[in-house]
Parts: sequence; C-alpha cells; structure tokens
Amino acid sequence: MNSQDKRLRVGVGAGMADDRIGPALQLLQQCELDYLVCECLAERTIARETLSRKTGASKGFNPMLEERMRSFLPLLREKGVKLVSNMGAANPLGAAQAALEIGRALAWQDLKCAAVVGDDVAERVRRHPELPLMDRQRPLEDILPRLASANAYLGADVVRDALATGAHVVMTGRVADPSLFLGVALHHHGWSYDDLPRLAAGTVMGHLLECSAQITGGYFADPGKKDVPRLADLPYPFADIHHDGRLFIGKPDGSGGRLDRMTCSEQSLYEIHDPQAYITPDCVLSLDGLNFEELTPDRVAVRGFSAAARTDTYKVVVGYFDGWIGSGEVAYAGINAVARAQLAAETVKERFRMDGGEASEIQVDLIGMSSLHGNFPDTMSSVPYEVRLRVAARCPDRKSANLLGDHVRQLNMQGPYGAGGPVNLGAREVIAVDAVLIPRDWVRPEIITVGA
Amino acid sequence: MGILVHELAHARAGDKGNTSNISVIAYNDTAWNLLRRNLTSDRVMRAFAHLGADAIRRYEVESLRALNFVISNVLAGGVTRSLRLDPHGKALSALMLGIELPDSD
Repeated sequence: MNSQDKRLRVGVGAGMADDRIGPALQLLQQCELDYLVCECLAERTIARETLSRKTGASKGFNPMLEERMRSFLPLLREKGVKLVSNMGAANPLGAAQAALEIGRALAWQDLKCAAVVGDDVAERVRRHPELPLMDRQRPLEDILPRLASANAYLGADVVRDALATGAHVVMTGRVADPSLFLGVALHHHGWSYDDLPRLAAGTVMGHLLECSAQITGGYFADPGKKDVPRLADLPYPFADIHHDGRLFIGKPDGSGGRLDRMTCSEQSLYEIHDPQAYITPDCVLSLDGLNFEELTPDRVAVRGFSAAARTDTYKVVVGYFDGWIGSGEVAYAGINAVARAQLAAETVKERFRMDGGEASEIQVDLIGMSSLHGNFPDTMSSVPYEVRLRVAARCPDRKSANLLGDHVRQLNMQGPYGAGGPVNLGAREVIAVDAVLIPRDWVRPEIITVGA
Repeated sequence: MGILVHELAHARAGDKGNTSNISVIAYNDTAWNLLRRNLTSDRVMRAFAHLGADAIRRYEVESLRALNFVISNVLAGGVTRSLRLDPHGKALSALMLGIELPDSD
C-alpha cells in the first residue's frame, strides 16, 4: 500500500452545541482516528453568542468548550489526533486561546491552536440594504435596525489552510457543516479544491456525519417497527475516506445503535431540498444514484454521488431581534377536562388584554390533542383523559411576555377547577434568522495561530 | 380500505427556515412502486395545509427508494420565531406516515 492509498479516518465529536461527550471519548479510545470533528453551531447560535459576549454574559464561544477540551486534549495528544470544530461561534480566537490554556494546564507545552476568523460580515452587509432576504423575500433593509449578527458560511478551504499551519486544534466560527469535514480531507490527502469527484466524496462524508448519532440509530427508533439495539448506548460515527474518494461510514465494533441502509438513507436526505443540487460553499452536490452497502453490522460503503462547481456567492446567516415570546402551561384531567382547558385559555386571553398585554399572535395548544400536528379531524375525534394547556404569545416587549405566563400561573386559584401544575415558562427574547447571498470577494477569512 | 404510509415506509423531518423537508423511504420495491404512484404532492398537501403549508416540491431518489417532500411555510415562521411546541417540526414525519393511500390504482 503506498501512502496515497492510506485511509483517512475522521470521527465525530459532537453534532450539536450540547451533544454528549462520552461517545466521542469512545471513538478516541477505540477507533484509531486521525481527526475528530465537532459540529456545534446551529443557525441562530452565533447571534446569541454575539449578544451574550457584548453583555459580558459569556465569552462568545461554545459554553461546553472547556469541558470538551479537558476531556479530549489528553487523548488527542496520546493518540496523535487533531481536532476541528466550529465551537468558536462568535469568538474563534477566544476559543483557540481557551483551548491553548487548558492544554498548557494539562502540561501540553507544544500545543498549537488555530482560529479561523473573518466569517463575521455584519459591517459589510449593513452597507447593502438592497440585498434580498431569502426567507422573508423582502430587502435586508427591513431588519437592518434590528440586526444582531451576519456571518458567512465559509468553505472547506479555510479548514484546510488552518490545518496547514500545523495546528493540533482548529477553532472556527461559521463554516458550513460539511465543509468542516471536507477541509480535513483536502488537507490530509492534498486534493485540489477543484477536484469535483473528491469534493463530492468529502461533502457526502460531512453531510452524513455532521449530526453525530443521527446516522447510528438516533432520531430513528419506532418500537416494533424500527428497533434500535441499546439505544441508551448510542455511539458516534466515523468515516474512512481514501485518497481516491472511496468512502465508508463506521461505528465502534460491537457498539450499540445501528448503522445500515435505513439509518444512512434517512440521514442522507436530512435537511436536503433538491437531492440533485445541495449547495455548499465548496460545490453543488448531487445524491442522484446514492446507495449504501452494508458490509458488517458496524460498517457501510457509500457510493453514487457527484458534484458540480461551486456557486460564486457565500450564504450569510443574519440574526435579528424579533420581539419576545411568553408562555405558560397548566393541566386538567378527568370528566370535562378538555372543556376546562378551553375555558382556561379563553380566560387567560381575556385577562391578558384587560391588563394591557400586547401580542401580535397568541397560540393555544392542547398537549395530548393538537399541539404537534395541529387541529385536524383525527386529533379532535377522541377525548383524552387528561390534557395540558399551553398558551404562547408573540409580544413586543418583555413585560407583555411575562404577563401572559403570569395569567396562566394564576389559573390555579382563578380559573376552572382542578388546574394541575400551572407554570409561567417565562419570557424569552427572540433572535430570528434569515439569509442573504453575497459575492465571494466580500469575505476575507484569516487564520490566526496561538501557542507553540 | 387503504394502507398507511407507515406500513410502507420510514420517514425523517428536517427544517431550514420556515420550510420542512420530509423524506419517505420505502421498505421494499413493492412499497416503492405504490408510494411513487400514490403519495402525490396533492395528498401530502391535504395532510399539511391546516399547518400553513402553501407549496410542496416532490423529489424522487430512485436508488434510495425515497421521496423527498419540501413543504413551504409549514413551520409557523421557523425554529427561531415559531410559537409552536415543536418549532423544528421534528414530529411532522409522523403526520406524513399517518397518511392513508389507496392500496392499488
């Protein structure tokens, strides 16, 4: 086997901001990884971190970063595994420095960390109120006074460049989820950033892995129909990706969960619109012809993907303030429970208005009947023994949002009889997200290294 | 009597903004042929219209025996703005699996 045929093994360390740590340690200990990738950044996370950094409530990076680094760094060092993560959120440099400090406290003196910065394009887009918002289909101008953040989804090239510095740990802000993984393969295999078949392979790898256990039996079980062995012991996946683009997904030998055609098929279409045109910063991926071959209970071969050249734009997620949401809940049981819940809801709405509460929208849910699939004949045809009422309102300010929950809370003494467990679930400020497309040359990513 | 999509396929829901995509993956070739013929955009729209759905795109991935439905405006503003208990619409795949189809042409 020459060096070009050597497989690269990339494990998943997290698929969401507060994902479990244990399965990542299992991969590090048992699976001879070359890299560990932690995807920790949902669409609105950066906006929240930007705000909390401004108010001093947080450091602007993932709140679990320190816990993860204390757990991972000794194993990364012992096994020679490098880590790539978007845990940097609104402060990638701060995240790299925090990782470095933890490494030094663990006596890793030659640890080197890299930060990818430059995804924050808020100042740039402020000068372009004419940009169309993709979701609202209105100009950016509509939300500019309420803009909280604007971050471009960077591509795999920045991850490749950060690894090229020799860093052991790479912390990014907004980088497209699959690009975190593709960037590792670009660096390790020395692929060209224009080699479409290999960009496709690395992007499929990232797409399948980015949600951690969603490909190894998470988000899947339907007892009696689709059973998952040892669901409590769900492992994280890894990928073996070869220099020629051959791709395999695996999980630890004999581990819990399941990895097969069914779990892979579900994850392959997760959050995909047109399967022939999944647009990432690196390429336009097609899953037409995608198929999975079950090699062992812990290993699947992935084939049948291709890519077209990337677009000439970056997608930018914009976060903006959008008022407040208040909510409260209370439960009723036994004879006439549903009618009492409905009377309670009407009473709350009326009192809220009498007290000067302002809301542009009020949502009433009967949990157990219509809170998930809405009102349609099947949900209303049978009467449940008990029901939990939930009232939520969109309000212009915190005061109104709190008032709504207070009125639900007060139903124990001032509503229909038998109000079980009334709670005010509090007011939360809404940071909504939308997206705009910008020319690539508006973005100037940089790599900053610390340590060693 | 018809047949439930739940008997023929498994499904997963994902969200982007105010749009939900729900994949429907057939258990076998017979189920795939039935789904492909009978699980039309119109049928799906009838099941989701009361939640605000206003447009549906339907894609086929033959090699996976899968349909992918992209349903617009069904998430009450999307995960960041929705007043719903399930702002991501993760539970909507179960609504898809509850659709009843004719079991022949």
